[in-house]
Order: sequence, then C-alpha cells, then structure tokens
Amino acid sequence: MTPATTAPEVHVPDPAKRKLAIFIVLACTLLVAMAQYLIKLGANRLSHAGLLATAIGIFTIPQLFAGYCLYGLFTVLFIYALRHGELSILYPLIALSYVWVTITGILAFHESMSAFKIVGVLIIICGVGVLGFGGGAGAE
Amino acid sequence: MTTPVSSMVLILVGSVIGSAGAIFLKSGAHAVNRHWTSIALNWRLALGIVTYLLSSVLFVKGMSKGELSVLFPLVSLGYVCTLVWSRLFFHEVITKVKLAGVGLILVGITFLSLGSH
Repeated sequence: MTPATTAPEVHVPDPAKRKLAIFIVLACTLLVAMAQYLIKLGANRLSHAGLLATAIGIFTIPQLFAGYCLYGLFTVLFIYALRHGELSILYPLIALSYVWVTITGILAFHESMSAFKIVGVLIIICGVGVLGFGGGAGAE
Repeated sequence: MTTPVSSMVLILVGSVIGSAGAIFLKSGAHAVNRHWTSIALNWRLALGIVTYLLSSVLFVKGMSKGELSVLFPLVSLGYVCTLVWSRLFFHEVITKVKLAGVGLILVGITFLSLGSH
C-alpha cells in the first residue's frame, strides 16, 4: 500500500474526533444487528442457490435487499469513522452487534436463554469496553 | 444438523476478505476531501466496498447451511486478521490492551456460539 496521494498520512489523532469515531461505530452496531437479522431471514430462502443466484437474490429478495441497504448505511458511517480512528480498534468493535442480536433473539423472538449466552454477552461487552475506552494509545 | 466444510470455508474466506476490505476503506477514507471527485474517483473506496460486498455474499452463502454455533467464531477470526493488517499497513501500535480487548471478544463470541442451537 503506497500512500501516493497528496499529504503523507502521518496520523495525528484528534482525541475528540477519535471518541466520536468510536461512538459512531458503537451506534452502528445496532444497524449491523438489524441488517444481519434481515439477511439471515432472506438467506434461508437461498440454501440451494449458487453463488450467482445468491448475488442476484440480494436485489430480488426484500429482506436481503433491506438488510444490504442497512449495511450500506453502516458502511458510509464506518468510512467516516475510519478517517478519524484506528482500524485495529474500530473494526473489532463491530462485535457488539452480536450482543444486540442475542438480546433481540431472546426478548423478541423467544429464543432460549442459556448461561453460555449470558456469559458470552457479558464477556463481549467487557472486550468492547476495554477496546473502546482503553485501547486508544495512539503512539507508545 | 451438521455444518458442511464448504460453509466453513466460505465463512473463513469471507471474513479474511472482509477484513482486507476494511484496509481499502480506511486508506480510501483518508483520501476524501471537499471535492466530490475525491469520492467518485476514489479507487480504494470502490475496491473496499466491492471487497466488502463480496465478503457478505460469501457470508450469506455460508450461513445458509450449517450451525451458527460453528460459523460465528469463524467470522470473528476476521478481527484477528484486522490487527495484523492495521499493524502492517497503517503502522498502528498493537498494545496489550487491544490484544486483551480482541481476546475477550473472541472468547465471548465462542461462549455465545456454544449457547446457541
């Protein structure tokens, strides 16, 4: 990767913008969770489809299409966040979407609750907290 | 229900491709300025979006057969890849705190997948 464009990209992170980037990505995980749920709904109709049919299905199956629109919105916001934050922090933060998926599954879709799920959710929240609040040690 | 190896490969390849897409998204994002051409003619952003899309097609395909409990942890391997890419391409410092955070996330996801049937 050669940064051949205008200014040499020496990252001088602005603390306020870095915080904003982290906040944006955390909020975005709600979008990802919704998108994943819709995509999973749509994907059930594709279990025997080939790769091409799957790609076409993204446009013809309403749930898949809606899911990917949300993903598109997420991507735009994510790109904005990436301008101001570190990839090694922002990308793993997306894992928070698993927490939303699990909680929604239990509360709204009456999926079974188990000790594993509760522990998993708590550990992920810890991991996201550690990354989001303690990971930003720009240069040391 | 068992999880076919083909699904696992699809998800694995998808998560590596997806994390690679994030590299292009980030390097493209830095090239954006007030000029609309900086977005329209931004090949890195375009490549990032295409790569991302490709990875999600693989995800959809992979998720359509098999158990989430097996497939979910494979998705999260993309996070580990991202740490490597961030260090290689953006010279980000991989601190112990970051490793701990990602480690916790991986453990958490594994627990989640153990709990979902």
